[in-house]
Amino acid sequence: MTTLVDYDDAIARFDPVLGIEVHVELGTATKMFDDAPAHFGAQPNSAVTPVSLGLPGALPVVNGTAVEYAIRIGLALNCQIAETCRFARKNYFYPDVPKNFQTSQYDEPIAFEGYLDVELEDGEVFRVEIERAHMEEDAGKNTHVGGSGRIHGAEYSLVDYNRAGIPLVEIVTKPITGVGARAPEVARAYVSALRDIFRTLGVSEARMERGNVRADVNLSLRATPDAPLGTRTETKNVNSFRSIERAVRYEVSRQAAVLDAGQSVVQETRHFHEDTGSTSSGRVKSDADDYRYFPEPDLVPLAPPREWVEEIRASLPELPALRRRRLVTEWGYSEEEMRDVVNAGALDLIEATVAAGAAPAAARKWWMGELSRTAKTSGVELADLDVTPQHVAELQALVDSGRVNDKLARQVLEGVLAGEGAPEDVVTARGLEVVSDDGPLLEVIDATLAEQPDIAEKIRSGNLGPMGVIIGAVMKATRGQADAGRVRELVQERLS
Amino acid sequence: MTDLTRLTAADLAERLRSGEVTSVEATQAHLDRIAAVDGPVHAFLHINSEEALATAADVDARRAAGEDLHELAGVPIAVKDVVVTKDQVTTAGSKILDGWIPPYDATLVEKLRAAGMPILGKTNMDEFAMGSSTEHSAYGPTRNPWDLDRIPGGSGGGSAAAVAAYEAPLAIGTDTGGSIRQPAAVTGTVGVKPTYGSVSRYGLIALASSLDQAGPCSRTVLDSALLHDVIGGHDPRDSTSLPEPAPSYADAARAGATGDLTGVRVGVVRELGGEGYQPGVRASFEASLDHLRAAGAEVVEVSCPSFSAALAAYYLILPSEASSNLAKFDGMRFGLRVEPAEGPVTAERVMAATRGAGFGPEVKRRIILGTYALSAGYYDAYYGSAQKVRTLIQRDFAAAFEAADVLVSPTAPTTAFRFGEKVDDPMAMYLNDVATIPANLAGIPGLSLPSGLSDDGLPVGFQVLAPARADERLYRVGAALETRLLAAAGGAGVLADAPELETLTDTTEAAR
Repeated sequence: MTTLVDYDDAIARFDPVLGIEVHVELGTATKMFDDAPAHFGAQPNSAVTPVSLGLPGALPVVNGTAVEYAIRIGLALNCQIAETCRFARKNYFYPDVPKNFQTSQYDEPIAFEGYLDVELEDGEVFRVEIERAHMEEDAGKNTHVGGSGRIHGAEYSLVDYNRAGIPLVEIVTKPITGVGARAPEVARAYVSALRDIFRTLGVSEARMERGNVRADVNLSLRATPDAPLGTRTETKNVNSFRSIERAVRYEVSRQAAVLDAGQSVVQETRHFHEDTGSTSSGRVKSDADDYRYFPEPDLVPLAPPREWVEEIRASLPELPALRRRRLVTEWGYSEEEMRDVVNAGALDLIEATVAAGAAPAAARKWWMGELSRTAKTSGVELADLDVTPQHVAELQALVDSGRVNDKLARQVLEGVLAGEGAPEDVVTARGLEVVSDDGPLLEVIDATLAEQPDIAEKIRSGNLGPMGVIIGAVMKATRGQADAGRVRELVQERLS
Repeated sequence: MTDLTRLTAADLAERLRSGEVTSVEATQAHLDRIAAVDGPVHAFLHINSEEALATAADVDARRAAGEDLHELAGVPIAVKDVVVTKDQVTTAGSKILDGWIPPYDATLVEKLRAAGMPILGKTNMDEFAMGSSTEHSAYGPTRNPWDLDRIPGGSGGGSAAAVAAYEAPLAIGTDTGGSIRQPAAVTGTVGVKPTYGSVSRYGLIALASSLDQAGPCSRTVLDSALLHDVIGGHDPRDSTSLPEPAPSYADAARAGATGDLTGVRVGVVRELGGEGYQPGVRASFEASLDHLRAAGAEVVEVSCPSFSAALAAYYLILPSEASSNLAKFDGMRFGLRVEPAEGPVTAERVMAATRGAGFGPEVKRRIILGTYALSAGYYDAYYGSAQKVRTLIQRDFAAAFEAADVLVSPTAPTTAFRFGEKVDDPMAMYLNDVATIPANLAGIPGLSLPSGLSDDGLPVGFQVLAPARADERLYRVGAALETRLLAAAGGAGVLADAPELETLTDTTEAAR
């Protein structure tokens, strides 16, 4: 294998060009062309019908919700929506494709000619041009048993058709040029921005780890930005943001080495390896790939009425980038604070907490502080903690009204997280309210002063230095439920 | 006692309604007839006696209980083996589906069951409906009841022969380029290819999706209309199914049976006649035109110049779609599975071995043709051009239907040919469908009814074509011509001239 060229060196001498294909599994109740459930994790080959098994005689019917979702995606990516478009058959023999053709869209995608502005971590924005977004169906899932677990050398293979026919939208970019050394970041930020959009639109759970979102990353190098595009490789199914970055970096270094050695980059698909961060050669792509596309005769052309498209456009939720910009202004966060909030997955939670009455700064303090630490310790997502934005807002209200102090508030939160109920319930059950009634406090103060007559005498004589000792003892005796300010006042009254 | 197998479906239905006969009696009579004559005719691939009799008994019980039943309830029927039937073997005439038992019913089968029609069995056909003679059935050909040395037409030769041989009063066929109409023509029966989308394709093992259409086979026009009324209608499981409700075709047939066609314009398609058409066929056709004139119709000539390219376009579109539709037969999920004789047993090699062993020569020929026609670099020249021809043919029809309410032609250029005559000459075989193919390319409906005998003593088919979604015109004009022909023949239908088939019982008696 060729030695890799150092990334910075490679970028100094070559201009990288990206192209990214993202597949997103739509979160519809049923499959793209039949009414089998499109759920994740069912018993193998239980979520199937004659249609998704490709049985003789079965016919497809387009899922209207999937079309609506595809249009939502197209509109969110600033695409034009086709007035009429068709499905096509992509013919190839493979056991995970039940009909031995995939029903897809070929020369007539539902959405085309769009763009997405992608913000990098330092705030720089790149515009990624979108060529098309089209609908298609997913294939089944092969499991190779025995041997290495890979197809070659396996004793036998199992096919699960539950995934066969799940609706997908594939989004294809135009060549992304002018990114230079930032190619890996742009690739990552683009897929991350798409993921956020899918979630905001409610079209997919968009969980990378489940393969709801899969990216194929094309990369080529050329000597200068003026040179024609070089030969590209396509690294398939890169399934985490970090891997996308690493795969791009690796391909830049590897292709630079190939070109340095005076060889040509082979046009091929490549596999990414999480363990080593490297890619390896897959299938050679050539013009010999012939899928014999032709219009799917079992389906009629799809002509989304313009009024419907406009209705969908009008009902689109606020997209993530716009929303962030708005909230930065409304909440008075710094750009950096906002990025941290977004990266921590706390934006929705904070927004809901603010909506429930908390001040933006207080909401951020809870979610990014105490709660982030708890989530990290227990290894769960913030959103999966046993606390709701409503709880957090109630807790802050208790602090604001002086009914609990910071220390008590943390104990209340601990109770909420432990499933003891809403903050008010925890306060009652644990008896955590600040003791504001002077009677019981005076009893404790008198007892403390009686125990420490020397210190009491010092304070009485005007030396306020040891005051802290008395206050500390009182707080201890009241298990922190006393208001320290009031304790000071009462001690002074008693000793004056 | 009346031979129940000789009754039309309409007559049988009437007797069932009146209580004169039971469905069990009628069904048993047909099963007996099948047992007696189907050995040599071989119209059936599978016979479902038990299930058919159970359905019949159920209908009889429901009728006895005073339940309101469908008009055809209790009338038995045969179904072409390309239509999937739940829990009943369905092979499409191919070894690759030998013994396959579908887990679901085609929509039209659901409708037959809902109407209470006992399904006698599944009828023979050219493998995957590719052929015009049933000689391409993997299970041996069906023989024409008129002459056992002759073909019954195809691909639906089994359904037509079953009806002609009185093994069933009704049958379901499918017509991709003439597979209902041409068998009807050469067996002296009636067959209808409805408007594309009139009858659901859900559960039809697809040959060419944009051309396939299921329809009725019977001995009278009214019977076909009655069956069309049962199986037609919108099906949300078929995206190409027509959404609007259809009128009653039986009413149209009854209206036509008065024999009056005053004011109806009948267009004779110049390109579907003349050279290449057997003289006896032409003579019968001309005689039928006279009957139509006598019924008050105005007979005009129309021209459809693009029809000359129809056959060529058809044999690009059909194989292209078929090559893709038949890809699923690979030994992975259902049907035949063949492991390679030697070498590694990989999925790819099992697929190749299964398809190599499971498909017959005509199927392979068309898969290869279609794969080639869809290949990169050839698509525009072949599939693309063929689709343009299709548009031209649709325009020709549109223009012709400006001048005429229905169009007419002989259904097939010749009467039934002998086995082996064309099986090694695909082009000669394909030419048999020259008059029926244009309707499939345009999606319009067509009917064939027997117009008499040719000078060789064999039946001739008369084809009526109507604009899309005007199937009722077929039934009206068809029934009117049928009435006039019957009157001219003294009340006897064409089938009355068919020779009596030797039955197993006869043979036994002769041996005594």
